[in-house]
Amino acid sequence: MSRFSRYLMARIAASVLAIVAVSMIVFIGTALLPGDAAQAILGQEATPQALEELRNQLGLHLPLWQRYLAWVLAALQGDFGVSFSSGRPVIDLILPRLANSLILAGAGAAVTVPLAVGLGILSALYRDRWPDRAIGTISMLLLSLPTFLTGYLLIKIFAVELGWFPALSMVRRSTDLMGWIRALTLPVIALTFVASAHTMRLTRTAIVAILSSDYVMMAEIKGLSPARVILRHALPNALSPVISIAMLTFAYMIVGVVVIEVVFSYAGLGKLIIDAVGYRDLPMVAACGVVFSVVFVSLNLAADVLAMLANPRLRLAA
Amino acid sequence: MSEVLHVEGLRIEARGAPILDGIALSLQKGKVLGLIGESGAGKSTLGLAAIGYLKAGCAVTAGTVRLLGQDLGQQSPEALRALRRQRISYVAQSAAAAFNPFWRLERQVTELAVTPDRRALARDLFARLHLPEPEVFGRRYPHQVSGGQLQRAMIAMALANRPELVVFDEPTTALDVTTQVEVLAQIRQVVAEQGCAALYITHDLAVVAQMADDILVLRHGRMVEQGAVRQIVEAPRTEYARALVAHRSGSAPPEAAESAPLLAAVGLELGYGRKVIVQEVSLAVPRGQVLAIVGESGSGKTTVARALAGLIAPRTGSVRLEGRALAPLVEGRSAEDRRRLQFIHQLPDVALNPRHPLREIIGRPLTLFHGLSGAAFQTRLAALMADVELPVALLDRVPGALSGGQKQRVCIARALAAEPDLLICDEITSALDPLVEDGILALLQRLMQSRSLGIVFITHNLGLTRRFAHRVAVMERGRIVEEGATGTVFEAPAQPYTRRLLAAAPQMRAGWLTEAIGSLRPE
Repeated sequence: MSRFSRYLMARIAASVLAIVAVSMIVFIGTALLPGDAAQAILGQEATPQALEELRNQLGLHLPLWQRYLAWVLAALQGDFGVSFSSGRPVIDLILPRLANSLILAGAGAAVTVPLAVGLGILSALYRDRWPDRAIGTISMLLLSLPTFLTGYLLIKIFAVELGWFPALSMVRRSTDLMGWIRALTLPVIALTFVASAHTMRLTRTAIVAILSSDYVMMAEIKGLSPARVILRHALPNALSPVISIAMLTFAYMIVGVVVIEVVFSYAGLGKLIIDAVGYRDLPMVAACGVVFSVVFVSLNLAADVLAMLANPRLRLAA
Repeated sequence: MSEVLHVEGLRIEARGAPILDGIALSLQKGKVLGLIGESGAGKSTLGLAAIGYLKAGCAVTAGTVRLLGQDLGQQSPEALRALRRQRISYVAQSAAAAFNPFWRLERQVTELAVTPDRRALARDLFARLHLPEPEVFGRRYPHQVSGGQLQRAMIAMALANRPELVVFDEPTTALDVTTQVEVLAQIRQVVAEQGCAALYITHDLAVVAQMADDILVLRHGRMVEQGAVRQIVEAPRTEYARALVAHRSGSAPPEAAESAPLLAAVGLELGYGRKVIVQEVSLAVPRGQVLAIVGESGSGKTTVARALAGLIAPRTGSVRLEGRALAPLVEGRSAEDRRRLQFIHQLPDVALNPRHPLREIIGRPLTLFHGLSGAAFQTRLAALMADVELPVALLDRVPGALSGGQKQRVCIARALAAEPDLLICDEITSALDPLVEDGILALLQRLMQSRSLGIVFITHNLGLTRRFAHRVAVMERGRIVEEGATGTVFEAPAQPYTRRLLAAAPQMRAGWLTEAIGSLRPE
């Protein structure tokens, strides 16, 4: 087990390093933009004295690295500064949005992963026959449609024409379960369209490799039923790659759904960052960037560790 | 005696091309039939067809297979599976690949058993095959045990359903010789105890001579000869069988007069990372001679070859060409030094770029080292093809269109194109069939004499060493334990390890296996 824990420590260290690197890039990026916080807070008409005073107050005359350290130290305590546009603490604005994004991505993954993995297995079992071709073609077609187009098509058909679902996926604290389902259905379908093709193809590739392995042939030679060969001998070995694929799909859904959140006006993190960029709300942009990277890196870490636990050769390496 | 297996006029095709044709055989209870032939001869296909299993794309187009009184062609897929579950077993060549990495051994070994106490059954089977700690052995995963143990676990798995027929498909080919002897003896013992019939597939005539009662020689999917073991070994009737038998005989080349070494290694210590793999290795090769480095897998022989070629830098010691120390890594060696030392790999499939035509593969050293072009280039290319006995027409083909033996000849031609003084050959015939191997060795011998090449020949094959090498260095766990003229080392081995290795190399004479087991068991 010592080797596994050493691997775990190394992966955690690398993840922390990646997050630190992202935070630096984000911070330097926002610092390099023309105009600063004082200007943004006071507006164009501010007097130079007022600007200077506020800059001193905010510590903007300090060297970049000192400002970065101060920002990181505050961020570690949950303080990402104050939003320029609303004047409220950034963290208070981000947390509910992050929760919304996690709900949307969770719902998307709950639909996409079983569907895509199931289709991938089916495709592999009927490799190069019509079910495989049909699944491959349809999923490629859906993948090739731009997300905003599928989003608006779904709205046009199911919201405008049929009226089954709302066109805008508005959710509030008071929204009940039915309201959530109605709000999430169309974005989740759009998400499924973009994300399932990759998951499906990766699953198919993993299963095809396993099906052509010697141990699957051995299971067939032993006279086991086809169902048992697949369920007991092939699929367990697919666990590890499929876990990786599923976690990456989930991560993609959280950070890669900006367009979908905008199309459906869903109050998630993606929409928040787009709005923040529009208002030049720099503390908000920086904080969103860091939150995205933390979520993405943690999910990657979880994917690696789970995939390793599901594989005896990696779990019990001598 | 009852007939277990009866095959008549069997023809199997894959995509319209016959893989097997006109096969007829009969196997009685308690007998072992050896199937022998080159790779691609259809041995495995026949072994699997005998138990009602066809690989994807294969179809029986003529003939019948009767197994335990049932015509397999008339059975439903489920009936065939039931037959394999209950009355038949199969032992695959590579146990490492044939065991499912996800499950513990005992679970796989007892999968077909009907007994409620699987753990007890597993323990009994493991004990029967002399596996260490049979109580807990089955709790391990396949990757946690050695290759020899895994192969024995697979034999245990084959016995779990008390089979009436076992098909052994090259069960010891992937093992080292000393391990192979143990496994062979155990196979023979369990087959006798079980009283079952067995099909024993191998390309090694010496092995089959120890294991089988009868032999069926296959070539290109057809039967060449069939008969009792002693008859085939001592009085083969067909030319092909005679060649297979003759392949194993032959004597060591005479030791040439002492001469200054062409290449020498002095006090090499080699390793990767913190791990030391080779220690205190010194050796010398004169012109016109073959030095064989023999040893089992993991003994460090390939690492030594890599150090000679400059692919790994020695921790200590040096490699000397005609007395002059070479740069430790090939990057530091001059073009001239690189030209003089050429390396041939074990697997030509991996060593040849599949997208380059032979003209480009063999021609590259000609332009690189000799600056040839135009007519001189074409003439030299044709001469090289003639040297390695390949038709010039192949020059515009890619490696994929060639057989294994032809590909290895291309690798040799590429090495020769540099006009080297020394060839380093790393197990270059181990993936080839015996007669193809003979051809390659004859070619090397001829080239060595005509060009007074020195050859360093890495191999685990002692029979080949005896026939081909002037001197031999025996490696064990990273050290050379014995070195000397081949004849001397083979006739009067000074070290116990060399004696064990020699005793374990399969021979065709009757009773060898029993003797070998006796001499290998600790005194």
